[in-house]
Amino acid sequence: MTALVLDLVVQATRPTIPDVGVFAVAAAIILAGAIGVVVARNPVHSALMLVMTLFGVAVLFVLQQASFLAAVQVIVYAGAIVVLFLFVIMFLGVDREEDIAKERLRGQRPLAAALVLLATTGMLLLGEVSRWTTGQPHVAGSDSGAPNVNLLGKSLYTTYLFPFEATSALLIIAVVGAVVLARRPPVARNTTGSLTDDATGDTTGEAVGGSGFEVDA
Amino acid sequence: MSISPSWYLALSVVLFSIGALGVLVRRNVLIMFMCVELMLNAANLAFVTFARTLHDIGGQVLVFFVLVVAAAEVVVGLGIVVAIFRRRASADADDLHLMKG
Repeated sequence: MTALVLDLVVQATRPTIPDVGVFAVAAAIILAGAIGVVVARNPVHSALMLVMTLFGVAVLFVLQQASFLAAVQVIVYAGAIVVLFLFVIMFLGVDREEDIAKERLRGQRPLAAALVLLATTGMLLLGEVSRWTTGQPHVAGSDSGAPNVNLLGKSLYTTYLFPFEATSALLIIAVVGAVVLARRPPVARNTTGSLTDDATGDTTGEAVGGSGFEVDA
Repeated sequence: MSISPSWYLALSVVLFSIGALGVLVRRNVLIMFMCVELMLNAANLAFVTFARTLHDIGGQVLVFFVLVVAAAEVVVGLGIVVAIFRRRASADADDLHLMKG
């Protein structure tokens, strides 16, 4: 038994070749996707690059035994959030190339690069020199001994029950807020002057068409 | 249980930095949102790494909450973008200078 435990410890401290390979490939995918999000001219390409990064992060979640979070990452992020992004990009019609070569604010990019470089160096140094200590092991429960989903669910419904319920309130508020924000203002409907018009989009369309007709005439 | 947590944290730092750079440099509101998502993912990666390192499930629970908050943030943020776009037909952050004075 002791030999087995020791064997496991030795195994745990030495990276295996497949793990290193998976990590390297996932890291390359993540970084390529992230850079693609920033430098892509077309917002649709940015969204697709974001999917790439999210998949890479999901792979790293699997590599760290967080299988439930990996599944949620793919379903919620790649399945819902990116689709929402794409929907809004298509809805607004901004899915065209934009000129990112010229700098709108003078000195913005060098300043941003310098700041980010400084912050990156600081964070990497912080990770290098600091020691992570924890007074009490397993504050929220151990991460082994049962399947990942069981552990996560148990912790979520016992230790973190109140925050979990609070997130449901947050989601309701977000849904109501999105509906209020995205719906057409009711004031405009009263000022159209016509009782038959039931949507302001139609009247603005008529107004634009009317002015175009006047210009033609 | 193989690769040192330092590698994951370094990757997380780099990912966060790319996201921060995108928020600072890009002027398209939608792409700025996507870069915020990159930064949230970097934080999630660090949380999962620490959960593994400290053998504590709390880090993964926190990632769960970050996912929920990210979803809510995207919904409200895109609602605001749609509302702004309806008013001035532009998804450019530089056009929003109503309070410029």
